[in-house]
Order: sequence, then structure tokens, then C-alpha cells
Amino acid sequence: MQAYLLSVLIFIPALGAILVMLTPRHRQDLIKWLALVITLLALAVSWPLYFNFADNVVGYQFEHVLPWIPALNINYHVGLDGLSLFLVLLTTFLSAVAILSSWTAIAERVKEYYALMLLLETAMLGVFVSLDLFLFYIFWEASLIPMALLVGIWGGQRRIYASVKFIIYTMSGSALMLAAALVLYFREGTSDLPALVAGLNLPESWQVWLFFTFALAFAVKVPLFPFHTWLPAAHVEAPTAGSIILAGVLLKMGAYGFMRFAIPLFPAAVPFWTPWLATLAVISILYGAMVALAQEDAKSLVAYSSVAHMGFIVLGIFSGGQQGLSGAVLQMVNHGLSTGMLFFMIGVLYEQRHTRLFKDYGGIWVKVPVFGVFFLLAVFSSVGLPGLNGFVGEFVILLGTFKVNWVAAAFGTFGIVLAAWYLLTAARKLLYGPFNPANDGLRDMNGREMLIAVSLVVFFFVIGLFPHIFFGKINPATARLDTLLKAASTLAGW
Amino acid sequence: MPIDFPTIDVTALLPEIIVIITALLVMLFDLFISPKRGLGHLSLLGLTVAAIACLMLLGASPAPAFQNMAVSDGYSLILNLIFIVTAALSVLVAMSYLTGQGMQRGEYYTLLLFAVSGMMLMGAATDLIIVFLGLEIMSIALYILAAFNRRQMASGEAGLKYFVLGAYASAFFLYGVALIYGATGSTNLHLIGRWFTQNPAGLSDPMALVGLGLLLVGFAFKIAAVPFQWWTPDVYHGAPTSVTAFMSVGAKAAGFAALIRLLMSSFGQAFAPDWQLAVAGLAVVTMTGGNMAALAQKDVKRMLAYSSIAHAGYILVGVASATMTGVYGVLFYLMAYAFMNLGAFAVIAVLERRHAIGSVITDYAGLAARRPLVALVMAFFMFSLTGLPPFIGFWGKLYVFGAAVAAGLSWLVVVGVLNSAVSAFYYVAVVVQMYMHSPRSPEEAAEAEAPPLNLSWPVTVTLAVAGTATLLLGLWPAPLWRLILFGVFG
Repeated sequence: MQAYLLSVLIFIPALGAILVMLTPRHRQDLIKWLALVITLLALAVSWPLYFNFADNVVGYQFEHVLPWIPALNINYHVGLDGLSLFLVLLTTFLSAVAILSSWTAIAERVKEYYALMLLLETAMLGVFVSLDLFLFYIFWEASLIPMALLVGIWGGQRRIYASVKFIIYTMSGSALMLAAALVLYFREGTSDLPALVAGLNLPESWQVWLFFTFALAFAVKVPLFPFHTWLPAAHVEAPTAGSIILAGVLLKMGAYGFMRFAIPLFPAAVPFWTPWLATLAVISILYGAMVALAQEDAKSLVAYSSVAHMGFIVLGIFSGGQQGLSGAVLQMVNHGLSTGMLFFMIGVLYEQRHTRLFKDYGGIWVKVPVFGVFFLLAVFSSVGLPGLNGFVGEFVILLGTFKVNWVAAAFGTFGIVLAAWYLLTAARKLLYGPFNPANDGLRDMNGREMLIAVSLVVFFFVIGLFPHIFFGKINPATARLDTLLKAASTLAGW
Repeated sequence: MPIDFPTIDVTALLPEIIVIITALLVMLFDLFISPKRGLGHLSLLGLTVAAIACLMLLGASPAPAFQNMAVSDGYSLILNLIFIVTAALSVLVAMSYLTGQGMQRGEYYTLLLFAVSGMMLMGAATDLIIVFLGLEIMSIALYILAAFNRRQMASGEAGLKYFVLGAYASAFFLYGVALIYGATGSTNLHLIGRWFTQNPAGLSDPMALVGLGLLLVGFAFKIAAVPFQWWTPDVYHGAPTSVTAFMSVGAKAAGFAALIRLLMSSFGQAFAPDWQLAVAGLAVVTMTGGNMAALAQKDVKRMLAYSSIAHAGYILVGVASATMTGVYGVLFYLMAYAFMNLGAFAVIAVLERRHAIGSVITDYAGLAARRPLVALVMAFFMFSLTGLPPFIGFWGKLYVFGAAVAAGLSWLVVVGVLNSAVSAFYYVAVVVQMYMHSPRSPEEAAEAEAPPLNLSWPVTVTLAVAGTATLLLGLWPAPLWRLILFGVFG
């Protein structure tokens, strides 16, 4: 059963999407419930992965290999390790959250909406568990289509612009990655990731260029400055659930790609590119934070803050040590949870008032105290208050970076200060100050919304207070990556 | 004294013969059957029988026929299947489209079947004379088909343009044949190849070189490669949509079929360095030129016409690799292209009303709301043509590009993938219209309400087959790969 667990998990949402498509259009409640039950089912199936995941095991678990295109020696190969385990759990969890958060927000073309959400879940899960270059590429590109449609059909005013920009940016970014994958495949005769990593013997100059093509695709997805301009547009225009998924999961695909593909395949190129990527990461941190400070729209503030936070994660990846890598993995989960929560909270307001501008709010704590509490918790988690999840990840990343490059670490720390500044300012503008009478009709969170918020907050505390549970599972994978890097850099030096 | 009878192996060219007989039968029954759509059924029947014959012959050892002027091998049989799929889908499109346009006439099917037989002959030909015969059988039928909507200026213009320029191309080709014959003393591809192997200096002979160049020009016309593509947009746009669908896939595939056979058997891998760069250069300008022109189009039919130029460029990337890997890639690509491009044209045919209205891109606004399934398959075709997974077009591009990488033409692949990314602009624009816009002006809104789209069963079948193949063979391309590899390797 264990062997099939991953495959079953991946395809539950896809089958669900087909079921949703077959449901009559007017049975909207049935469609919603069906989608919810399917995501909950996927969530339920994903938890055994966690409980059966063996700590201190080097290599992949729950591997499943099936011949897919035998004539070309391309296999369907999926598996899980510490890099991907929590991202899979994050995906199943946030997908359920996203479905639940769209319950009343989506009234048009309900059937297509939920079908696309489910297809998106399948594609994202596929990205995180694929161990074959082409399988990965397929899921990677396949995640693009539903997301672009979600933004383009159910988004705001400039949704079409945002959607097209999203497609063009990400597709252009990944185009060269495909060429590099082809180079590997035809050189080595296989597209199997473990086999490639084990047997690869590329000259360093090749590695440098192939790494570049992969890195470009991932940098666009993360997104790293200066490839980030699609992100604020997509975020602001996307429906709430789209933003949750986009920030929560899709951006992680880029960071994950660095760790799963770019680094292990081309370790000798890492020393060459590290200064560039680390610099871009630092620029992203500072630039994202500065621009976030200037935002008048709550959603675009969170969008730019994502640029900054993802910069942190990339900094961790290229900090040159295991600590930074582990911190980056955990921080990916953290960012998914906190930013997902922030977007959700803003969505709660937007659904009622149809505005996200700070000037339209103010002093609403008196009307909506429960909302206020949860919003503050989301802010605290995002700025990295000790005891909550964000702190652990940022701390470990900075610790790892400091050992190698104290200048970058110093800039990173400054980024944290800026984050506290803009997020607390946002909270002040929304919740405190003089009460804006336009918000008189604002209602507090209902049961469904509180259920979502509580379920997210639980994880803030669990990760914040018991980080060792997570690092125990993450560390073997990052240690292996670190060994690979060290081996390559000694080779390069030799 | 024994008389030396030439051996004529009829079974080797059985599929071709079946198609020709069907064409003749259709012509005959045209006299008796009055709803001409019935002739479509008859054509489909004949094509099915021909397909079965192909599948039965597949895997047998190559059978030369007609004194080594043609051959029935895996390559030709796979190509035959591609032509048959193309023809069958076009017949299905035509059956409802022609009725809607008020030009349901029997000779349409006859001409189409003759064109197919010409294409099949080009795939099987191992002699330049037979290549030329096939080319002309196909082209003449297509000239007439392009002008089939004789009440419409554009269609007549398309036919005339196609004819004049096609005749030029044929002349170039024939001149090339003559020069090659003059240089090598043969028109047989294998003998030419042997001659070049024995006289490696032969390629510096100006006569042979010019001959090869002229042959390439002739083919470049037929596959609409830049800079010989000028006829394409007007012809594709003016011709009846069902014809455009047919020739954008079939004629292109036939051109590639003969081109690859010529390059591989006469100027094979040993001489690859001599023509590889020329083909690669042709690929670059064709991809880029086609894409750039397609970007500017507001009319979906024209956009597909220009983008078909770009696709010829992608296929040329596979040809440039000069390896068998490249040939598999091209075959797969052509099959994929048959499904997705015919599917896309079928959708255009569905939307098109009298006098060629309905191919402007804004006509697609809000289609997803009006016709969810039609919009869905159209989205499949557009994504597949872009080369996005998990659709069939992805695998075609993957392997064609991969073959070029393996042949050391990585720079060409970089140009190719960047071009694919550019093509996303105009393909996605259609999806954007269908899903993200709603019909705007009152007339458009009224239009959306008023006449139901022309979705008769033949076109429904076309969309279902093409859509399913585009998605399913994208998710699981193994059977098609196995067929192609089995066919070519035996």
C-alpha cells in the first residue's frame, strides 16, 4: 500500500475534478461539498505520509516507479524525502483551506472553478513528488494553466492582464529549462532524477550553463528580483483562494526546484552562481520590503512582502550550509501558512466591503474583535515573533548565512526590521485609529471562517514551539544535499 | 530466351491503391447519391479500410515495388496513417461545413481522396520521378480544392495564387531533379546515394549542389518554409476552412515525408554536414518568421496559417538533426499536429458562418460560457500547439528538439524553445477570449443567443476524436511511440 500512497494522493484531486465536471451545473452546493470532501480526502491520505515517514533515512521514501513511455526509457517515478514531505502536507492542507475559503466568495461558474482548483492540486502535488525530469516538467507546466485561468476568470479588474503576464513570464522562464532537460536526457539516456544525480559527470562549464537555465525557471517562479513583476499583478487580481494557493504553494515550487533539481544535478555550478543568487535574494528582501511599505492596497502589500520573504528562503538555500537549507525548507512551509492566512483574512474583509484599500478601513477592531485577534496572529507569524513559526525559519536561515557571509546576513536582518515595520503599520491602519463609519455593517468572522483561521493558527504554534519535530525529518535530506555540494566544491577546487 | 517481366508488387502499395479505388468509387457514386454527404461516409469507409491495410502491413520487412521506384516500409506506413487520420478528420469537418456553406458537392471528396493518394505516394516514393508524380497529384487536387468556394472572391484568389506559386515550386523541383540526374545519372534515391558515397567529391560538383538546392526550394514551398511561405496566409485564409485544415496538415506532412526520405537516403548521415546547416538555417528563419507574423494576427484562421509556418520550422529542427531519432520525432510531431491542428480548424469551421465570418478573434469572446465543451477542446488544441504539457504537442516538440540536442545542435534548440514561448502569446490569446471575455456589443450578445452553432455529428466526432487524442496521448504517449518505433524498426 505504501508504494501506491503517493500516486493515489496525486490523482485523488484529478479524479475529483472529473467528478465535479460531471455534476450538473445547477447543483452548486453538491459541487462545493464534493470539492471539499475530495480535498479533505487528499488531506487524510497525505497524513499517513507523515506518520510513516522514517526519520534519519537517507534517500527517498514511498517511491513508486511505473513504466510510462518504455520506448523512450521515461518512467513515472515519484518519491518523497525531507525536502518535499512538508510541502506535500502544506499543499493538501492549503488546498482544503482554499476550497473552504471560496465557499461564498465564488458565485459564478462554480463548477469550472472547483474543477480547476482540484486540477491545480494534482499538478502541485505532482511537482513536489516527481523524480523524473519530464514528469516534473509536465506537472510544473500543468500547474500553470489552472492558475492562469483562476486569475483570468475569477479575478479582479485587471485580471486578464495579470493572467497573461503570469503565463508569459513563467512559460518563458521554463522554456530553457526544457532545453537543459533535453541535454541531460540525451546525454545520459535517462530522465530519472536519482539515476542522473548518481551518474552525472558533466564538465564544470556545462554545469554552469545548465544550472543557469534551470535557475532561470525557478527564479521566475520564486520570484526573485528582477523577475518578480508578474507576482504583484497576479496576486492582487487573483480571487482569495487563488492568492492563498499562489503564495502558499506555487511560489514554493521555485525554491523547491533549486533544491531538488538545480543543486543536486549541477553541484559544481553552485559556487559560481551563489554570489549572484545570494545578491538577488538580498535585493529581493530589501526591495520587496521597501515597496511593501509604500502600498495602499492590503493585498499588494502582502504580495510584495512575499517577494521579500521568498528572498529569505533563497538566501537560506544559497547560504552554503546545511543549516540554511533546513531553515529554507521550514520557512517555505511557514511562509505558506502565514501568507496564506494573511490573504485569507484580507479576503474576509474584501468579500464584505469590496475594497482592500487601507484608507477605507480603520479602527475596525471594535466591530470585529475576533477578526482583529486572528489578523494580529497572522501578522506576528509573518514578522517572525519568537514562539511562532516564522521566527524559527528566519532565525535558522540567518544563523546559517551568518557563518558564511555576515554582510548578507546583516542585510537580511535589516529586512526583518522592515517587515515588522510594514506589517505592523498595516495592522494599525486596518484595526486601530479612528473608526471609519463606512465599516458599520462589517460582521465578525463566522464559524466557517474561524474554522479556517484556527486550523492555520494551530500550526503557527506547533511549528513555533516544537520545531525539532520538523527538522528531524528535514535534516537528513538537507545533509545529503550539503554533502553533495561539499564534494563538488572540493572537486572544483582540485 | 526468358522474357524479363518487371515484378509489380501490388500488395506493397495496397493502402494507396485502396484510396485511389475509393476516390474512383466516390466519383462514380456521385452520379447516383443525391445527399452528397453520403459520399463522405463512403470516403470514410475507404479510408478506414486503407488504415487497416496499413496496420496489417506494419512490421513486415520493407517491400520495394515498381522496380524500386517506391517502397512499402515502416516509414511510409506510419506516414500513410498520418495522412489517413488527416483525411478522415477533414472529411468529417467537410461533411458539416460544406452543407453550412452551401457547397456540398461530390467532387470535393474525390479530389480530397486523390490528394491523399498523392501524399501517400510521396511518402512511399524512392525515386524522384515518383516523388514528383505524388507531388503533382496532391497539388493539382489541392489547387482546385482551395478555389472550391467559387462564389467567393477570396477562395478563387487562393486557388489561383496557390496554383501559380505551386507551379513555380514544381518547376524548381523538376529542374533540380534534372540537374541531379545530370550529375549522378539516376533519379533513384538509393542509386543517387550510392553514387555520392562512391564519389564523395560529387557534392562539390556545382551541378549536384545546385540540384540539391533546387530540390530543397521545391520542398520549402510545399512545407511553407520561410522565405518560400508568401503564399500561405492568403491561400489558407481564402480557401474553405475544411480545405485549409486538410492542406495545412496533409500537404506539409507529405512535403516532409519526401524531403526526409531524400535527405536521409540520398544524402544520408555521411553527408549530413553538407546540408545540416542549410536545414538548420531554414528552421531558424521559418520558426521565427512564422511566429512573428502570427503574433500580429487578429483573425484566428490567419493566425493558424502563420503559426503553421512556425510549426514547419519546429519540424525542420528534427530534420536538421539528420538522425533516425529525429525522424521518429518528426513522425510523432506530424501525427500530433494532425490531431491538434485539424481540431483547431474544426472549431473554426463550427464558428464560421456564411461568407467566412466568424474567424476574427473577438468572435471567440465568451465561447466558454456558450459552448463549454467546444471551448474546452479548443483550449486543449491551443495549449497543445503551444507545446504545453500534458498535451500531445508537448511530446512532439520534446523529441524533435531532443534529437537536435543529441545531434549537437543545442543552439538551434534554444531558438526553438524561445520561439515556443513566444507562440504562447497568440495561442493563449484565443483561450483568453474564450474564457475571460464575454461577448461585448449587443450584436455579439444577440449572436450568442441566436443561432446554435453548427454542431452536427460529424464535426462533433472530429472534435471528440481530436480532443481526446490531444489530451490522452499527451498523458500517455506510449502507444503512439510504440507504433512509430515498431513501424520504423520493425
